[in-house]
Amino acid sequence: MKKNNSSNYFPTIGIECHVQLKTKTKLFAAVKISEGDIRPNIATSHICFGMPGALPVLNERAIYLGIKAAFALNTKPQIFSKFDRKHYFYPDLPKGYQITQFSQPIILGGSVGIKTNGENKIINITRAHIEEDAGKIIHPPGKDYSLVDLNRAGVPLLEIVSEPEIHTAEDARAYAQELNLIMRYADVSNADMYLGNMRFDVNVSVSKDQSKLGTRTETKNLNSFKSVEKAVEYEIKRQIELLESGKQIVQETRGWDDAKQRTFSQRSKEDAHDYRYFPEPDVPPVILDQELINKIKSEMPITVSLIRNKLSTIGIEDSAIDTLLSEIKVGNFMYEIVNKYSVHTAKKIANWLSSDVQGYVADRVFTWDQVKLNESSMVELAKLTEDNTISSTSAKLILKEMLLNGEKPVDIANKLKLVQLSGSDDLLPIIQKVISENPDAVADLVAGKDKAIGYLVGQVMKLSSGKADPEISSKLIRQELKL
Amino acid sequence: MMSQWKDIDLIANEVNSGKTTALSLVEKSLATIEDKSDYDAIISVIKDRAIERAKSIDARIVKGEKVGRLAGVPFIAKDNMLTFGSATTAASNILKGFVAPYQATVIERLEAEGAICVAKANLDAFAHGSSTENSDFMVTKNPHNKKLVPGGSSGGSAAAVILDMAPFALGTDTGGSIRLPASFCGAVGFKPTYGLVSRNGVIAMASSTDVIGPITKNVRDTAIVMEVIAGQDTLDSTTIKLDSYDFIPDKYSLKGKTIGVVKEFEGSDISKPVQTKFGQTIETLKSLGANVIEVSFPLIEYSLACYYIIAPAEISSNLSRYDGTRYGFSDSKATTLEESYNKTRSLGFGREAKRRIMLGTYVLSSGYYDAYYNQAQKLRTKLIEEYNQAFKKCDFIITPTAPDVAFAIGENVDDSMKMYLTDVLTVGASLVGIPAISIPANVGNSLPIGIQIMADQKHDADLINFANALEGSI
Repeated sequence: MKKNNSSNYFPTIGIECHVQLKTKTKLFAAVKISEGDIRPNIATSHICFGMPGALPVLNERAIYLGIKAAFALNTKPQIFSKFDRKHYFYPDLPKGYQITQFSQPIILGGSVGIKTNGENKIINITRAHIEEDAGKIIHPPGKDYSLVDLNRAGVPLLEIVSEPEIHTAEDARAYAQELNLIMRYADVSNADMYLGNMRFDVNVSVSKDQSKLGTRTETKNLNSFKSVEKAVEYEIKRQIELLESGKQIVQETRGWDDAKQRTFSQRSKEDAHDYRYFPEPDVPPVILDQELINKIKSEMPITVSLIRNKLSTIGIEDSAIDTLLSEIKVGNFMYEIVNKYSVHTAKKIANWLSSDVQGYVADRVFTWDQVKLNESSMVELAKLTEDNTISSTSAKLILKEMLLNGEKPVDIANKLKLVQLSGSDDLLPIIQKVISENPDAVADLVAGKDKAIGYLVGQVMKLSSGKADPEISSKLIRQELKL
Repeated sequence: MMSQWKDIDLIANEVNSGKTTALSLVEKSLATIEDKSDYDAIISVIKDRAIERAKSIDARIVKGEKVGRLAGVPFIAKDNMLTFGSATTAASNILKGFVAPYQATVIERLEAEGAICVAKANLDAFAHGSSTENSDFMVTKNPHNKKLVPGGSSGGSAAAVILDMAPFALGTDTGGSIRLPASFCGAVGFKPTYGLVSRNGVIAMASSTDVIGPITKNVRDTAIVMEVIAGQDTLDSTTIKLDSYDFIPDKYSLKGKTIGVVKEFEGSDISKPVQTKFGQTIETLKSLGANVIEVSFPLIEYSLACYYIIAPAEISSNLSRYDGTRYGFSDSKATTLEESYNKTRSLGFGREAKRRIMLGTYVLSSGYYDAYYNQAQKLRTKLIEEYNQAFKKCDFIITPTAPDVAFAIGENVDDSMKMYLTDVLTVGASLVGIPAISIPANVGNSLPIGIQIMADQKHDADLINFANALEGSI
């Protein structure tokens, strides 16, 4: 593809995201949700199996989480919402229909803020609705049959539909990531990508005329941020190439081949289902109580965008902020730190967490789950470095110990003998020894060769096993030599 | 015809007091079922479980325990209610041999009071019909004349009660399926307010109008059964709560009660004998001091059309689950998924189920939804308004239950429009969700004629009181 051609096209992207609501039981059955358990059909009941006579009973917790999601997406929940039936035949859909909110969803409107290349953008939300997930079909290799696992059938999902306001693959990824953070910080979903708690469908079209949308394709079931970005990138490129060679875009559903890093055609518009939606007669409409809404609103946790702004205001870099926010407890911890302590202290702590601790996690020294974040310990550690009680190198050693076993930094510093020698009582005997043992360097220094001081301080550090405060040592050497 | 069964509360009292045993009642019931098997009212007999339950109830009574207000009373459930002890088929080949993994809430409630389910009654498959001729297994015969239909879809239940197989039976009513067979067989059939009785474990026909109710020999028995089965159920979100569940009829005077007669039904296609009996009933009401007025429902002529859009729409959806992958009939010769769906459903469903699936699928299809389903829903809302207006003017509305007496087996099978017209007087109450009861009028040796009385939503107790006061006078 030649670059000059592609730049004539204006891509437009809309994203649908399915996020699993954090409930203990299924959306319409009192069945405990099993996650990460590979045994099939253990989390099922006659309702999940679509037995004759089985009726759905709405899990109120899902509605509660829907209300929270509304606030997390910068909007209010709809007072009146209802469920509909969406029909199609497939073995993963036991009733022959999915119960979903079609005509009147719990969320209409809302927005997500993203920041790419230093630029803030708002992506508006069209709607978000609650629905039940389908089961899973397993095709055993080499067998002439397929198996159905209904553990996932009926698990509550929130489908969040964005306006077609995204225009680059990078922004698509940023939107997906931000949505993930929003859902996690609002405690609406675990949004664990590995467990498939969040899946994306991307609608992509390109057009030379910015005021007119081109024919779109929908690439379904993307389960990583990277695949969102890559699929959008691929579709934009594919569609431009088609148009450039005089061909037309077919409106269709496409899949993503992660191994080959390309999209592929699944079914065209002509084969699209007629879902025959109609109001679900077994589930009464949901009418929200204003008091409940107010209560939930008052209990909303700090939003990820608020934390991001806070960290940004004190001058922490965007990439470091992303790292800090990626772990909820770190993000929330940093929010407290920034609110209560000096910029200097907050930045120091932010730096430790985003580079050193993140490094340990990346190197699998420990996991974030094992990390014990304690505000007073962390601040104390920062103070110890600020008043030179310990060196910055020592601080990192203490940090590691502190986060793993929860001990106080001073205790660790004493235990590991990391407290810096800064008093002349401790340092003078060492300095005198260094002066007497290094006459050449001393002569150089006295002769005005300032470089020699470095060597002498190095010797002090060596003799003190690294505990000497280098700055104070330097001063004391000059003092001793009456320079 | 004298019944071998006393009133339900008397039977239970005799069991509780040790005067009779549950086992002897169950045996009597089973013997009658066996004896009258040529009427094809029963699909399956729950023999072992019934006898076992009877013995355990008797043992508890010997120990001095109080068993419940229906101690030892045998009953028959329509075979679209999930029960233990036998298959539950909805009289459809697609569910032949289906063994329920749980019991319907109504069955559980009755069992908790000591009642014993002895058999499962025949019905039009999935309750689609007005004659039981749509059963995939057999046609139930009218107890008064074997050449006639018993009405439907709860035809097996109504016939079983009149054949004296058990003191009462349960039916389901979606557009008239309790009231019509009660009318054709000469039983009392009660359709409660929508949501008064849990639908959990009852095979759905049209979810927004399905109700469960008793079919009994008299109104008092209906009241007793209602007191046991009515009530909110956490397993059915559409169940409602009443302030009082006291249904047992008390002294009740018809004096001063205002009764509405539907203007639009006058001169419609109602047979001579039914018109005559209905006219006599009105006169009786007047003589008992009731105030009879005319009420008008300008839209009532559309109620049947409305019903036959909404009901098939819900039916087509509710029958989607019968796909041969998890339970019930599955065509084993199919080699692909699509073929399996096609063959399972083609062979498993009968003609009427297929007809309704086609109708329902059509009215819900994109491009037709607004013209049919949506219009029908709007009409339904208007009908509800009309009934609300009517109940501001009168306490009860009275109509014949059916345009005619029982018809001959085979008479209407090739004319589904004529068959659907049988429901013309009953579908209104179903669409609106109000309680309605059919009580038999005394016609001597002629075929039974049912009189339908309707009351406003949640006025089930009033309706039962009224019907009890009128019963025996007509």
